[in-house]
Amino acid sequence: MARCAAAAIVLSVAEAAIPLPLPGVKPGLANIVILVVLARWGWREAAWVSLLRVFAASLLLGQFLAPGFFLSLAGALASLLALAGTSRLPEKWFGPVSHSIFAAFAHIGAQLALARLWLVPHDGVFYLLPLFCAAAVLFGLINGLAAAALLRELLQKKGSPPAATMP
Amino acid sequence: MRGAGLRLRSAGAWRVLLRPGDWAVALAGLAVCAASGLWLWRGGEADGVIVRAAGKVFAQASLSHPRRIDVPGPLGMTVIEIEPGRARVASDPGPRQYCVRQGWLARAGAVAICAPNEVSLTLTGRGADYDSLNY
Repeated sequence: MARCAAAAIVLSVAEAAIPLPLPGVKPGLANIVILVVLARWGWREAAWVSLLRVFAASLLLGQFLAPGFFLSLAGALASLLALAGTSRLPEKWFGPVSHSIFAAFAHIGAQLALARLWLVPHDGVFYLLPLFCAAAVLFGLINGLAAAALLRELLQKKGSPPAATMP
Repeated sequence: MRGAGLRLRSAGAWRVLLRPGDWAVALAGLAVCAASGLWLWRGGEADGVIVRAAGKVFAQASLSHPRRIDVPGPLGMTVIEIEPGRARVASDPGPRQYCVRQGWLARAGAVAICAPNEVSLTLTGRGADYDSLNY
């Protein structure tokens, strides 16, 4: 668990070094780790990793208790709530990609709501909603695919699905 | 996982990572994006006009039907012309003709003022959170 949290923290710090065209639009690579933890161990563990990451990464980046930290925390909490819901979806139909996209939407929703209430008391923030939505779909898809690929690799390494399933 | 054991190295193999519901979720997400884009970025479309003379509302009209409004002022008659989706000051007795030369106005919040004749034309609409003067 600690190893997963460490991986998530490293990803969020590394991500902070990537220049981005728009404030607020981030790939959220650390969420790959959280999706893997969710699929392998469950929601409680994913929540631990997610919140640990928010606190540790903000301390490392000097963002602790700054506005960015609260936005990050709000996004993480909303995502976890969304994941609590989506992890009840039938596994046969909905994989990590679905979880990822739902969580990404919850994330931007919470961040926009907090930003509107607290940082930008003006409806102008909603003007950016379509952009954030597009980012949520795009990065949600990419992160979900990455998580699904990692899970597949992990399963193959452990050999839990027997090699006999090879076509 | 019910994977088919395909290695991910081959091109296009990522597709096996998507389950049927995932496609649906991604498409629904895109639909939400498109809907929010249409809903939020269509703002600024004007749907009505307010004509003021000497500071008081002289006439209010929708932008859906063509119409001419003659507005009397201290210098004479200012003529407002409305067409579907746009409006302009067609003629004005003022000396500098600024409001006439602004031409057709089509965005919510756009304003033409014929100051000498004390007539103004304002376009109204949803999402008119600034007017062209203050902006």
